Amino acid sequence: MQPHDAGSPPAESAAPLTGRGMLLGLRRVSVLMPGVVVFAVAFGAAASAKGMSLAETLLMSAFVYGGVSQLVAMELWRPEWSWGAIAGLAVVTATVNARMILQGASLQPWFARYPKAVNAFHLFFFTDANWLIGTRYRSEGGRDLGVLVGAGLALWAVWIVATAPGHMLGMLVSDPRRYGIDLVMPIFFAAMIVPLWRGRRGLVPWAVAGCVALLTAKLVDGYAFIIAGSLAGAVTGAFRDDPA
Amino acid sequence: MTLPDPGSWGALLAIAAMAVATYLCRIAGVAAMSFVPLTPHVRRGLAALPGSIVVATVLPLIERLGLAAGLALLVAVAAMAVSRSELVALLTGMAAIAAARFLGF
Repeated sequence: MQPHDAGSPPAESAAPLTGRGMLLGLRRVSVLMPGVVVFAVAFGAAASAKGMSLAETLLMSAFVYGGVSQLVAMELWRPEWSWGAIAGLAVVTATVNARMILQGASLQPWFARYPKAVNAFHLFFFTDANWLIGTRYRSEGGRDLGVLVGAGLALWAVWIVATAPGHMLGMLVSDPRRYGIDLVMPIFFAAMIVPLWRGRRGLVPWAVAGCVALLTAKLVDGYAFIIAGSLAGAVTGAFRDDPA
Repeated sequence: MTLPDPGSWGALLAIAAMAVATYLCRIAGVAAMSFVPLTPHVRRGLAALPGSIVVATVLPLIERLGLAAGLALLVAVAAMAVSRSELVALLTGMAAIAAARFLGF
């Protein structure tokens, strides 16, 4: 598939996926756990307030596994469903999660070395947290996909388990804003600026991304600003003629 | 031909629809990029993408969440720059937002 793979070392060293990597992923994701637990509890509480059963709530956490999209879905949740309402919910979910398309694309050169089935499996557990961990690990020169698998599995399990007490305790955490929970993911994202910093040269695409995102957020409802801003930044980066 | 009404299966079908939509988002970018040759332009674009995603996600959120949130994120970035630890950044940022909201910002 990849021309430069011809004559390279054996596949297992070019595309490692080790238990040691999984442990490293577990360690890297552990610092994000407190934030994820609180987020999951908040989702569980919102779901019980909307009348979802515990089983439905856990199913959603297990199979959708996208915190922001699950919380947004609670805004649209209803006791009776028509096909139109279900399709509408799917479209909203896709727009909220469309950032994953770009996040996945940014890591594709790494994933390309692995079999399709491996990618199809670990991508099920792909989240913002995974992307942040994977991007930082890659920028440090890491190559072991086990890091993403370990981090993804651990986070998935914790996300599901922590949804349950939220559903049962319900109203206790009905106002996540009071505890600053709405800021957990933004803080992790903002903190990523530091390891991604490559000096002032890299600043131009970021500035373009920021301006386009702010403008889009003003003009369009929802989460389209992430896509518009990120694409604008990437295109700017692609067409700057200085060496990357 | 018309589909039968979702009826009592509505909630489960809604969850299934969300799950499919989310999984497609997860694999679409990776699948699409496997058809795009890694030219120097594409490589530079991909290199600029992570930072662009971060900035494009955070800046509009600051506008929506308010001044206190913006200050808390700045504090968190500063903590990250000093400590290089996500946990320190999170705790510092959460403390900042809690303090700011307690003070009524």
